[in-house]
Amino acid sequence: MSDLISMTATEIAALVAGGETSAVEVTQAHLDRIAAVDDRVHAFLHVDTEGALAAARAVDERRAAGEELGPLAGVPVAVKDVLATRGVPTTVGSKILEGWRPPYDATIVQRLREAGTVMLGKTNMDEFAMGSSTEYSAYGPTHNPWDLSRIPGGSGGGSAAALAAYEAPLAIGSDTGGSIRQPGAVTGTVGAKPTYGGTSRYGLVAFSSSLDTPGPCARTVLDAALLHQVIGGHDPRDSTSIPQPVPDVVAAAKLGATGDLTGVRLGIVTEFVGEGAEPGVMAAFRESVDALTKMGAEVVEVSCPTFAYALPAYYLIAPSECSSNLARFDGVRFGLRVGDDGNRSLEEVMSLTREAGFGPEVKRRIMIGTYALSSGYYDAYYGQAQKVRTLITRDFNAAFERVDALISPTTPSVAFPMGARTADPYQMYLADLYTIPTNLYGGPGISVPCGLSEGLPVGLQVMAPTMADDRMYRVAAALESAVGTFTPPAL
Amino acid sequence: MAAISREEVAHLARLSRLAVTEEELDTFAGQLDVILQAVAQVGEVAAADIPPTSHSVPLTNIFREDVVTPCLTPEEALSGAPDAEDQRFRVPRILTEDVAS
Repeated sequence: MSDLISMTATEIAALVAGGETSAVEVTQAHLDRIAAVDDRVHAFLHVDTEGALAAARAVDERRAAGEELGPLAGVPVAVKDVLATRGVPTTVGSKILEGWRPPYDATIVQRLREAGTVMLGKTNMDEFAMGSSTEYSAYGPTHNPWDLSRIPGGSGGGSAAALAAYEAPLAIGSDTGGSIRQPGAVTGTVGAKPTYGGTSRYGLVAFSSSLDTPGPCARTVLDAALLHQVIGGHDPRDSTSIPQPVPDVVAAAKLGATGDLTGVRLGIVTEFVGEGAEPGVMAAFRESVDALTKMGAEVVEVSCPTFAYALPAYYLIAPSECSSNLARFDGVRFGLRVGDDGNRSLEEVMSLTREAGFGPEVKRRIMIGTYALSSGYYDAYYGQAQKVRTLITRDFNAAFERVDALISPTTPSVAFPMGARTADPYQMYLADLYTIPTNLYGGPGISVPCGLSEGLPVGLQVMAPTMADDRMYRVAAALESAVGTFTPPAL
Repeated sequence: MAAISREEVAHLARLSRLAVTEEELDTFAGQLDVILQAVAQVGEVAAADIPPTSHSVPLTNIFREDVVTPCLTPEEALSGAPDAEDQRFRVPRILTEDVAS
């Protein structure tokens, strides 16, 4: 394995800025790695070799001209296929958008380009970000680099696997119910869901608009913070974007890395450390709590009783919003059109197109959402779920009066074998049990590797109040300084 | 007791504009029943007086400055369309003969 691919983004950026290597060399090393391992991992749906090398050359030219480079200039990044990339195929893991080349960039992609990062390509995902294993991708699953017979989490399994397989030092994900944090946990990488509205949704293919949050994925907490700083902040093109600066997550990560948590109050979510989690996950979590305590944190248990209803509330709210959002896939403006023989009506063509273009999980969620929003069922399902959402928010607010941040395992189990849950959709949903409350509340959450269980990575989740993203980076970086990072067996 | 019947799933598929097959109906009916029975747990929460939350960010009436910025050309906007004609999206037949006449 070449040195360049095992480096952190921070290290790569420093070498490029100092002229000790070039962005082109770094990019080529990662493209070579992708060529060597991605037939086994399948993290990428599209590799943009020419675009990446051109972007790298531009960085090298700017440096040669004496221009000031940003903190991540020349660093390769893999982008989840949920974000629109101008001229580069964007499928959302679905056949309905096969071959679509967007005529514009998502705001986050634009910011990545302006920062001089080098986009390597688009990563695999569960179709429309609906899933927890990347097995619902219409283009075949991604394999976990720790054990190729296991799932890499989802929906952003491609981004997480690309990091764990050293195909990219940075990646972008999107988190609607855990799709950044859960893949991070099961691949031994760092995944952060920013505060809702802290990162722009412009150009993010919508799944559940009140929950969707794009965010950074990396192999270290500091790298994630640097990427968060680059992509975050107000965007006038997103009406739910918060008009405030990004909290100083980079300074917080550096502060946390000193290993001092004196005065920091942490709350273990009582409801998430019961019988639901695997013993190996709980053992790694308990050891991490000891480490946090040794660094000066004051750790207590905090009960959030309504969290028990977060999963059912989420699986009403998200499908409801999805059933509305995915109405735009009608075979008119982009993507697939099936059955247009000159005789069939628009409605018939639409139904045939959607039948052919969507996979089973997307169809299930559209129908669940349609059901929950129907008159007669609305109050008992969608309306009640929205009330539960209020109570979950109140649980968070009450908890944050007592503690600075909440902690829990990120997932109840380590990476499960491929195929283990595809026959039972509800079993698949349970993978998101601990990550979903944060999405309903809207605050930030991060998963940081905290240990191994039977040779597979375990993640610890830190949840912070809305717009206090810096707090979770401080705690995560402190834990990382204590337990270190985790490297999978050689591929 | 089943929360949803095969006929209801067929109706949902029609509302959702999904031309599902008979085989899919068999599979989906069972799966949606399991999912709906599980999510119905939200009904156990006493929430009669609780206001609903539709969104976590309390922002309303958000506007940006009304300034002209570059936008897509007609060619770019139509570049992903399955069918286009005269700078417009071309769609299948919308009206039936007897309605049109």
